[in-house]
Amino acid sequence: MDLTSLTIHELREMLRKKEVSSVEAAKAYLKRIEAVEPKVRAFVTVAPEEALKEAAAADARLSKSDNVTPLTGVPVAVKDIFCTKGLRTTCSSKILEKFVPPYDSTVVRKLREAGAVILGKNNMDEFAMGSSTENSAFGKTLNPWALDRVPGGSSGGSAAAVAASLCAASLGTDTGGSIRQPASCCGIVGMKPTYGRVSRFGMIAFASSLDQAGPLTKDVEDAAILLGAISGRDDLDSTSIDAPVPDYTARLKTGVKGLKVGIPREYFIEGMDPDVDAAVKKALDTLKALGAELVEITLPHTQYAVAVYYLVATAEASSNLARYDGVRFGLRVNKTGGLLDMYKKTRDEGFGPEVKRRIMLGTYSLSAGYYDAYYKKASQVRTLVKNDFEAAFTKCDVIATPTAPTPAFKIGEKVEDPLTMYLSDIFTISCNLAGLPGISVPCGFTTGGLPIGLQILGKSLDEDTVLRSAYAYEQATEWHKRRPAL
Amino acid sequence: MKYEAVIGLEVHAQLLTSSKLFCGCSTKFGSEPNTQVDPVCLGLPGVLPVLNRKAVEYAVKMALATDCTVNNRSIFARKNYFYPDLPKGYQISQYTEPLAEHGWLDIDLEAGRKRIGITRIHMEEDAGKLLHGEGPEDDAFSFVDLNRAGVPLIEIVSEPDMRTSEEAQAYLRALRDILVYLGICSGNMEEGSFRCDANVSVRLVGAEKLGTKAELKNMNSFKFVKEAIDYEIQRQIDLVESGGKVVQETRLFDSSKGITASMRSKEEAHDYRYFPDPDLLPLLVEDSLVEGIRPTLPELPQAKRERFTTQYGIPAYDAGVLTSSRDLADYYEAAVKETGEPKVSSNWVMGEVLRLLKEDNRDIKDCPVSPKGVAEIIKLVKGGQISGKIAKEVFEEMYRTGKPAAGIVQAKGLTQISGEDELARIVDDIIKANPDNVERYRSGKATLFGFFVGEAMKATKGKANPQVINRLLKEKLGG
Amino acid sequence: MSITKKDVIKVADLARLALTENETEIYTTQLTRILGYVEKLSELDTTGVEPTTYTVPLKTALREDRVRESLPREEALKNAPEAERGCFKVPQIIE
Repeated sequence: MDLTSLTIHELREMLRKKEVSSVEAAKAYLKRIEAVEPKVRAFVTVAPEEALKEAAAADARLSKSDNVTPLTGVPVAVKDIFCTKGLRTTCSSKILEKFVPPYDSTVVRKLREAGAVILGKNNMDEFAMGSSTENSAFGKTLNPWALDRVPGGSSGGSAAAVAASLCAASLGTDTGGSIRQPASCCGIVGMKPTYGRVSRFGMIAFASSLDQAGPLTKDVEDAAILLGAISGRDDLDSTSIDAPVPDYTARLKTGVKGLKVGIPREYFIEGMDPDVDAAVKKALDTLKALGAELVEITLPHTQYAVAVYYLVATAEASSNLARYDGVRFGLRVNKTGGLLDMYKKTRDEGFGPEVKRRIMLGTYSLSAGYYDAYYKKASQVRTLVKNDFEAAFTKCDVIATPTAPTPAFKIGEKVEDPLTMYLSDIFTISCNLAGLPGISVPCGFTTGGLPIGLQILGKSLDEDTVLRSAYAYEQATEWHKRRPAL
Repeated sequence: MKYEAVIGLEVHAQLLTSSKLFCGCSTKFGSEPNTQVDPVCLGLPGVLPVLNRKAVEYAVKMALATDCTVNNRSIFARKNYFYPDLPKGYQISQYTEPLAEHGWLDIDLEAGRKRIGITRIHMEEDAGKLLHGEGPEDDAFSFVDLNRAGVPLIEIVSEPDMRTSEEAQAYLRALRDILVYLGICSGNMEEGSFRCDANVSVRLVGAEKLGTKAELKNMNSFKFVKEAIDYEIQRQIDLVESGGKVVQETRLFDSSKGITASMRSKEEAHDYRYFPDPDLLPLLVEDSLVEGIRPTLPELPQAKRERFTTQYGIPAYDAGVLTSSRDLADYYEAAVKETGEPKVSSNWVMGEVLRLLKEDNRDIKDCPVSPKGVAEIIKLVKGGQISGKIAKEVFEEMYRTGKPAAGIVQAKGLTQISGEDELARIVDDIIKANPDNVERYRSGKATLFGFFVGEAMKATKGKANPQVINRLLKEKLGG
Repeated sequence: MSITKKDVIKVADLARLALTENETEIYTTQLTRILGYVEKLSELDTTGVEPTTYTVPLKTALREDRVRESLPREEALKNAPEAERGCFKVPQIIE
């Protein structure tokens, strides 16, 4: 049996029944990483020794049925944006190439507490800035379904690793679609929780008011399990919400009968890939057949979301990335001896072009004379976007849309044209601006064999209903069972 | 005088919390470099700030003590600039929505009382420290110590209501006294826990419009604040008189030369790009919190001073000295309670008590003699058991040994001799032994009276009751 | 609003980025295009609309004033490019 093909819930069942050990599972993954990783390049760092040690410890607990927690012995990976104590954390940036954090991020701590075995750190767009994982200082990750295409981004390494069965699941971060869009591109499940549901402590910041960590998994049940493990109030994050974390698996199987699914007319636009359009429409029919009621809704400010996002996110990023100055950690480039020169050369050589572009844009939009026209204006329109959702959710329980307007695009296709790249996030961005939960679940393939994702958005802190809808849809279809041939 | 100066002060006060504003590192002063740092105040990737409750309470205290309006909702903002002592590349501060606004403070000047407006009080974190090398080979480097990075500060911004360096000094002292009274700041200027920048401009008397201001920094004592402002006022007047123009700039005070000098030559104009810090949600200070803090405010220095002069009838000078710290004022009041003698108690506390403490560089809190001890001494003098002179000796003994007054007096046999017979015998002996001086005194040399008193004191080792001796000498010498 | 090369140089300076001549050109073109796109926000009348910075309707959390252990100094300095005398060593500020 190929252990790497299993979901979390399948594997943990076997672990608990002692049909397999955690060390065996970890070894199976490490072996597969050895074989497949060179084709996909989903990792920045693989940590076999640490993983095997953790797996052995998990086995000790499993054998005594002592302290067996939800993920005990399950091998997972995390995006290289989460600080891991003693294990290099690069954010796929040259500026952090040698950075070894003296602390764990809260989600990594929670994963460890839940018993997970961490196989390594997934590749990503540098500082989570991108939609293709092409902006990594350590090489591009390739889409397991088509190696000439991108896996999406910025959590592209995580999505590709899960799709290619290089880990049972992975954690990513989503600032404007960075979990959902790569999940869609790679034919897996990806969920962004409500802003504040999961602690951001130790997660390297891109845009603080938008960033949120979440699971990338093989199916919806795994997403529910993993989300449950990482959620909850954290004293180290002032913006984390103090609300009880429900058992997300408890109501997963209760169906969608009578559920009102909002269909925003602004999300079915011209220029959308016809295969995507058809697959999503078919998915809506499936939901209807399952007993959901489809309701047409409107989110009138959708067309402004990308503009708002690129002003707000870059402004925050320009400030968040000021700490990479070559003083306390990270790269230092110092040629002439002057401080100013050290700053400039360090940051110029340490950051890639997309990061610099966004720092420039963000610095500009906050600078004297432009603040009102850009940052403030964008923050006001953000309110309008948020209000759209509030109005819509008086008419429906969840909202269903395509995750991305197109399937995974070719490597290099959009590199020269940042604006077109930005527009590929058009369906995922509004959800971040409003702080709402959303999921992408596989809903078909293009004629060319590329995965397509269905996005389901929910009310604030209503991950439960989002997961339940996605699960009902998933279980009525077979898409999530397909695996790429590698 | 043709010109007048317009002065506003920006004061940074370090709050006496145990831990930093946004993390749990200690705020202790003077530790080894970089031993009070953690990932948060080092600004490592991914870390987040969590606000210290006590710092908020302290800031609210200061706001109430200066009659500010405490805003129910205030916002932390990021002030963005690069400097090696600023770990995150931004300082978390407050900008458009500060904690408190629209307060005032009365200062007492020779000419009377003057009200100085307080524009705002906001909270922010301190930066670290840059140390510079000693040797010539170190010239190319600086060394960064981040122990101070993240220590809580409040910035208190005054209205440009001051006109002279004396007013500025009085305001600064009043502000510091309040902070120290509230127990929220050590007020130590040398350690940098109380810092002051001054905005100074000049204009023709009667002019409405403000002149261009210069911002003065690096004044780390009250004396330097005065010197710097005086220098700057004169510099600006001279400049304007000679047809020049004041430029808006930051000027550093050089205490060795007593001058201010322009700080930056070609540094770009600052563009701090303030925006709300998304890592910290709005700070909500509910009315209930404010009303909970209000009753905990102690009597403030000015009110205490006034009460001392009216309640105890002591001179304003005494009241000023005695209220210079809360502990001293409490000490004095405790002594008065025992003696019922406000002025005598004031003399003792301001005299012997403070003199001995000063010699030992001790604080009133550590005074070995309790207010009760002071009262005891005062009572002994009043009851005629010991003389004032002996009392001082006894007091010093009490201070050194911690023994009670009565015990010392007894053990050393210092009880005053007031007995008529005993003293009369002594006076007789003195008269007998000094016939020449007696003769000269009787023939008009009145100043010799002191000589006889001295002899009597010598004979009794100072224990003779001076009133009785005086009377007996006068009787027996005639005159 | 369009961004000029001069603006790009000024912004790069504020952001402490040393751009090459070529990069300056590229960023001028790209930022002009992006700013042209975001210009569409001006179509909307936002008079009186409160800006959104926080999507969680919360007040900030407060922690008790308790000292927690700091990092050992070696840990604090471990990632530093240059450390000496227990400090982070940086080049002198040259104007």
